[in-house]
Amino acid sequence: MKYHTLSILVSNKPGVLTRIAALFSRRGFNIQSLAVGPTEREEISRMTVVAQVHDDATLEQIVKQLNKLIEVRKVLELGSNSVRREMVLVKVRADVHSRSQVIDVVSLFRGKAVDVSAETITVEATGSDEKLAALLEMLQPHGIIELVQSGQVALGRGTKTLTEKAR
Amino acid sequence: MADTDGQVMTGAQALVESLERMGVDVAFGIPGGAILPAYDPLYDSKIRHILVRHEQGAGHAAEGYAMTSGRVGVCIATSGPGATNLVTPIANAYMDSTPIVAITGQVNSAAIGTDAFQEADIRGITMPITKHSFLIKNVEAIPLAIKEAFHIAATGRPGPVLVDIAKDAMVAKAPFVWPGELDLPGYRPTIRPHARQIRGAARMIAESRRPVLYVGGGVALAHAQRELAEFVEKTRIPVVTTLMARGVFPDSHELHMGMPGMHGTVAAVGALQKSDLLIALGTRFDDRVTGRLDSFAPDAKVIHADVDPAEIGKNKAVDVPIVGDVRLTLEALNEAIEAYEPPDAAAWRRQLTAMKARYQPRWDEAPDGRLSPQEVIQRIGQLSPPDTIYASGVGQHQMWAAHFLPHEQPGRWVNSGGAGTMGFCVPAAMGAKVANPDTTVWGIDGDGCFQMTNQELVTCALNNIPVKIAVINNNALGMVRQWQSLFYDGRYSNTDLMTESLPNFPLLAEAMGCVGLRATNEEEMDEAIKRALEIDDRPVVVEFVVHKDAMVWPMVPAGVSNDEIRVARDMAPEWEEEVL
Repeated sequence: MKYHTLSILVSNKPGVLTRIAALFSRRGFNIQSLAVGPTEREEISRMTVVAQVHDDATLEQIVKQLNKLIEVRKVLELGSNSVRREMVLVKVRADVHSRSQVIDVVSLFRGKAVDVSAETITVEATGSDEKLAALLEMLQPHGIIELVQSGQVALGRGTKTLTEKAR
Repeated sequence: MADTDGQVMTGAQALVESLERMGVDVAFGIPGGAILPAYDPLYDSKIRHILVRHEQGAGHAAEGYAMTSGRVGVCIATSGPGATNLVTPIANAYMDSTPIVAITGQVNSAAIGTDAFQEADIRGITMPITKHSFLIKNVEAIPLAIKEAFHIAATGRPGPVLVDIAKDAMVAKAPFVWPGELDLPGYRPTIRPHARQIRGAARMIAESRRPVLYVGGGVALAHAQRELAEFVEKTRIPVVTTLMARGVFPDSHELHMGMPGMHGTVAAVGALQKSDLLIALGTRFDDRVTGRLDSFAPDAKVIHADVDPAEIGKNKAVDVPIVGDVRLTLEALNEAIEAYEPPDAAAWRRQLTAMKARYQPRWDEAPDGRLSPQEVIQRIGQLSPPDTIYASGVGQHQMWAAHFLPHEQPGRWVNSGGAGTMGFCVPAAMGAKVANPDTTVWGIDGDGCFQMTNQELVTCALNNIPVKIAVINNNALGMVRQWQSLFYDGRYSNTDLMTESLPNFPLLAEAMGCVGLRATNEEEMDEAIKRALEIDDRPVVVEFVVHKDAMVWPMVPAGVSNDEIRVARDMAPEWEEEVL
């Protein structure tokens, strides 16, 4: 089972998220994460889907089925030549004695504290899936009491853009 | 520029105006609360609206119309239950790539999401079974949605499109603006096949020794029968036509091996299994054709041409993929193969022709002088005019109709292939007759199927749509019963319809304004068919009482290799040992 990052440009119309999600569900494809947001062009949104895929034929079928949706303008698999990021907000148990240790760990990962209380500290960090997993492992001993993680967003490296192809 | 351009009108008027501009001449439907505004301008329109008795009938009629006219079929229903009654025909059209546009009324836009009276999220419900769908909440959006809906339904791989329109959008007024060029950046079907793929295919065909043309419904949809015939004449490659493609290539042609699949002929199933090159055209390697995929056509390379790229490689790995309209593909192939000698396939043709002669689909004589269903269907085909259109329900009678009717011309065979929708026959025959008023239209139906949708015969009787329906009455849900005979030790759980006692089909037919006839032996059979063919001012229903133990053969049991084909119970065909 491998993970693939698909960048999907869609017309910014109501119901389009449902179409994509329903397609994955109906065809039995697994979504690991999903992020949706605006692009530099008002009429286009970008969805980044991390799909869990058995083999290349399944991946090909996902891309082809997505392309059949009228509101899908472009689908691209982003391979290693891309920048991929997720974001995590994590509330860690930290009192006056352990607070500085937690902050040390967080700054090693170039995260930052965004909220503090007498017994907790809330940390924001961005990075690849692996980096965030490593951070969470380091924070675990202190006690993670709440966590939220975004879906992955990604862009290809270099000067080429996906949106210029979508016209 | 039409004089209605810029004219202020209601959304309902804009809807009807848009349908007229798309050239719609017939729509099948039933009004109700939310769609009511649309029915007012429809009252004055030149569009012939046929008031059906159930929305499912409207949907299947639109399909029958589309399949026999090459145009987009239109059905109309109100919100909630009206719309949900369209779900089955929409799913059916999706599976068989039939171009229809379904127009549904929706509750007022402000009430959407409040569980209002007769509210159903029909766009959400039909999302996985439509090619595309629209929910229209404002009046200005109506003309564009209709134009896009027809364009999407009819082009590329055809399919059903739903346009759900909120009631207030139909009541509100706006100047009518008819869109010019459509702007659908996410929808650009590839129509022209790639020249390199065509060259690769031509070379592969020339080098093959056991090639076969595996022809699907896409060839019918693309109207590519002439190009196909030319290709066969040039290459002398044997042909099989799937259930959806019956008639695209004449059954009487010496190189036609028949229909492949679970109930295919030995020659057709064998042609695919033993082939070294499948030339798959407008077809999708459905499980009913391939049987167990990992043992399907094990020695064959595959050329797969389809307008839908997602079908290519979906079920079977492909050596030469060709995306494009199959008519243009065949046109290009006809040119490209000129560079080569036809494939050296004489031995292969001899082998298949021998199998075809030896294992024609056949049946055993019925016991006690009763009628055999196969005989009835064959006889209808023999006595009816050559351009007769046949619609069919789903089950045993459908398979017999596929084998024993004369399939000689395209666009004359209307059935539910992918979805297998019982109840398809009567309303689909109605739609076909509306599209072809001067052509004889027979529905070959079963006693089970007929009882699902026969109320549309009232619609036919009232609207001068004189279809002929043959009810092949074996008193049972025959196909399920066949499986119970073969795989469930003859335990006939809930397949006995007791139609020997109820209903009385001729009486039921008469009550619906049709002529009702019954035949129970050969003499009555011929007489009833001839009588039915003479009547052209009313629909006719002929009940043929047949024996209930007839089975569809050949058969490949579900889930096994096509090599396991049986020509009768426990009887396997013998293949020549000679390896080609």
